[in-house]
Parts: sequence; C-alpha cells; structure tokens
Amino acid sequence: MVVVNAVEAEPPSTKDRTLLQLAPHLVLDGAILAAEALRADEVVVATGEHAGGSSAAAYAAIEERAAVGGHGRVALTLAAVKGGYVAGQESALISGLEGREALPTFTPPLPFERGLHRRPTLVNNAETLAHLALIARHGARWFRTLGTEAHPGSALVTLSGPVVYPGVYEIEAGSSLSSLIDAAGGTTRGVRGALTGGYAGSWVPASAITELVLSRDGLPAAGGSFGAGIVLLLSDDACPVAETVRLSRWLAGQSARQCGPCVHGLPAIADALAALASGEHRDGSERRLRTLFGLASGRGACAHPDGAVRVIASALRAFTEDFEDHRLNGPCERCSRAGELPLPPRPEPSREARGARRAGP
Amino acid sequence: MSHHVRVNPITCEAHGICAELLPERITLDEWGYPIVDEATLHGEELDHARRAARACPTLALLLQRERSKSRV
Repeated sequence: MVVVNAVEAEPPSTKDRTLLQLAPHLVLDGAILAAEALRADEVVVATGEHAGGSSAAAYAAIEERAAVGGHGRVALTLAAVKGGYVAGQESALISGLEGREALPTFTPPLPFERGLHRRPTLVNNAETLAHLALIARHGARWFRTLGTEAHPGSALVTLSGPVVYPGVYEIEAGSSLSSLIDAAGGTTRGVRGALTGGYAGSWVPASAITELVLSRDGLPAAGGSFGAGIVLLLSDDACPVAETVRLSRWLAGQSARQCGPCVHGLPAIADALAALASGEHRDGSERRLRTLFGLASGRGACAHPDGAVRVIASALRAFTEDFEDHRLNGPCERCSRAGELPLPPRPEPSREARGARRAGP
Repeated sequence: MSHHVRVNPITCEAHGICAELLPERITLDEWGYPIVDEATLHGEELDHARRAARACPTLALLLQRERSKSRV
C-alpha cells in the first residue's frame, strides 16, 4: 500500500493541500511510481479536516485517469481523515483510514512493517511524492541543480505572519529567509521572531532571522527546524510569552489522551508556563518546567509530547529576556492582545472517522 | 540473546507494580507512570523483568529482544 499523506494537520501549514490542489497529477505520478517500485496495488490519497479544494482536485484527477484506462493493477482511492493535530502522524493516519479514530498506535510494528489493513505501507507526504515524480521525469542530476549537498532540490514553504503576500512558496533549498520575505513583498510590521518547522519546531529570535538559511541542515544549525516547511513570523505587536502560553495549552489539548506522560505532562507544562508568565511563582517555576520537559519527552507512543517540549523550550531560549521580565513583573501590555498563532479548536472525535470515495480501476 | 524492558504507554494505567518488582530499571514519575531504563538486562534482572511483565495488570510492560528502538 502507498498512502499519500495530505492531511496536513499543522495549522500554520498549507503546502501539501495547495500542491495537491494545483498539481494533483504530479502527486499521483509520484504515488504510482512508488507503488510500482514496491509492487503495491493500491494508492490511498488521504486528506484532512481542512482539505479545501485539494480533495476535489485529487478526486477529479483520479477520475480523469480512470477515464483513460487507469494504471494497470494500481488502484487509486481518495479518503478523508477526521481528527486534530495528531491525525497526520503516520500511525494515526492509518488508524483513521481503517475507520477508527485517527490516533497514534504503539510502534513497532511501523507502517512499513504492518500498516494499512495489516499490509506493509509506505506513507509519504504529497510534496515528497511530487519530488519523486519530478526526479523520475528529469533525473537526479537535474534535481540536484538546485539546493545544497545535504538538501538537494526545491522545497515548499508556508510563510505566514506580517508579510504582504503570505502563502505557499517554492524555494531553492539553502536559500535565505530574507529572500523569501522579499519574494512575499516584504514585512508589514516589525518582527519579534520566527517559528520554524511548525508546532513541533523551534523559535528563532528576530536577531537571527536575517541570517537564516532555509534547508534541512541550515535551519537546525541556527537553532531552527525545517520540519514541515513552515515559517511563521511573529509581529512585534505580539507578546512571545503569551503566545507560548496559549500554544502550550493548545498542544496539551491536542494530545490523543492515550499516554500518561502526555496526558499529565503537557497540561502541567502549560500550568507552569502560565504561572511563570503571570509573575506568580517567582522562584522555581523555570526549574519546574525543566523537570516537566524531562518527564513528558520521549515517553509517549508518538512524538507529540517531544515536539511540544521542543517548541516550548525553544521559546524559552529565543525569548529569554521576555520570559524573565514576565517572571519578575507579571503580564506585559501586549499579553491581553489577541494571539497571532492560529490555534483552531479540536474537531469533535467521531467513531465514523472515514468518508471514502472510490475511483480508478 | 539480550533483552530489555519497554512500556507500552497507551496500555499502561500507572498501577506501579513494575516499579516494585523491577526497581533496578523502573522508577515512577509524579503521576505514577513508569520511567524505564531500556538498557540490556543482565542475570537476575532478567528474571525480575519477566516477573514484572507477567504481573502488569494491563500487560503494558514488555520484555523485548534487542532491536532498533524506532519511534515515529
């Protein structure tokens, strides 16, 4: 089985659904190549809660292929998976596709060992499969004419925040964030920092933004993360401490509520952060946070608590002075403003977690 | 053949029996969930681990042969 992961449950990311909507055949080409290479006979395109036009585009593309005879033994299926932030995690995605709640499972077995309907399953996101199709079409040498040794080719980045034209950009891997911001028409306000990689990624302070290189090796070298190709700029109207408190509460709420260290650890982290931000526990709250980071990280069935700890710990590093100011003096004037990070409410879990449509041969 | 213990955090319900039967490798966090040292078990530890795994009411403690500890 080959699963095209276009669930994209990261609120600040829209690149996979954008790609699937604008170039569905390219994504399908990649998925079919992968299926043929693995001798798989089914490709499932999985979209998520906020699929927008991507689902209809994928459906139309599958129909178009069926109309001209399909792909031999490879059947193409489209499926919608319901669920919150963790629904895009690959074991959760498989649970969702099997009609259960889209929650992570205990691994191993990993999906490539035993996945969808207990068959070995390759799960890749839409962008990866589109790259595969382009490499098959034009060759590896062509692909490597862009990018760096460690991160060849191009990459899709979802840029949001105070820029003139936020949206999805295809960049050359290794290009600078400054050039991306220029391509987006420049900034409309001052910038306090950048969230890189997404809600399991890392904050980079404003002072480091101009130097940032967008690649899988360049971002980590500067304390950032490439992750799902997300760059969210925080404006200087926002309070990074208040944003982090809200994000930590949201991440706690997105837990699948299956594993004790995540169920208890993430709300405890959110509580400790809120206490720190309000100037309540002047001493000890940072030490308490460090203890909780250790207790939550690495102990869940999936990496959700690890990602939550990573992004929160990175905020403490990137905005050290702001956190110190709040710890000593309590909330700042910006704390009460509306948040800038998109934190959508968690969809209601449903037992009937699948609405699948079939097409193809 | 070398073995180690691992906990399935989804099935674990924090009964805490494992930490009593295998204190060499398991302590409990502040919520009662096991913190497991997944290093290779030696000699008597392996017997203690087997007993702890059998005693877990939710069968969440697993005795595993060494393999790559992959997580996604």
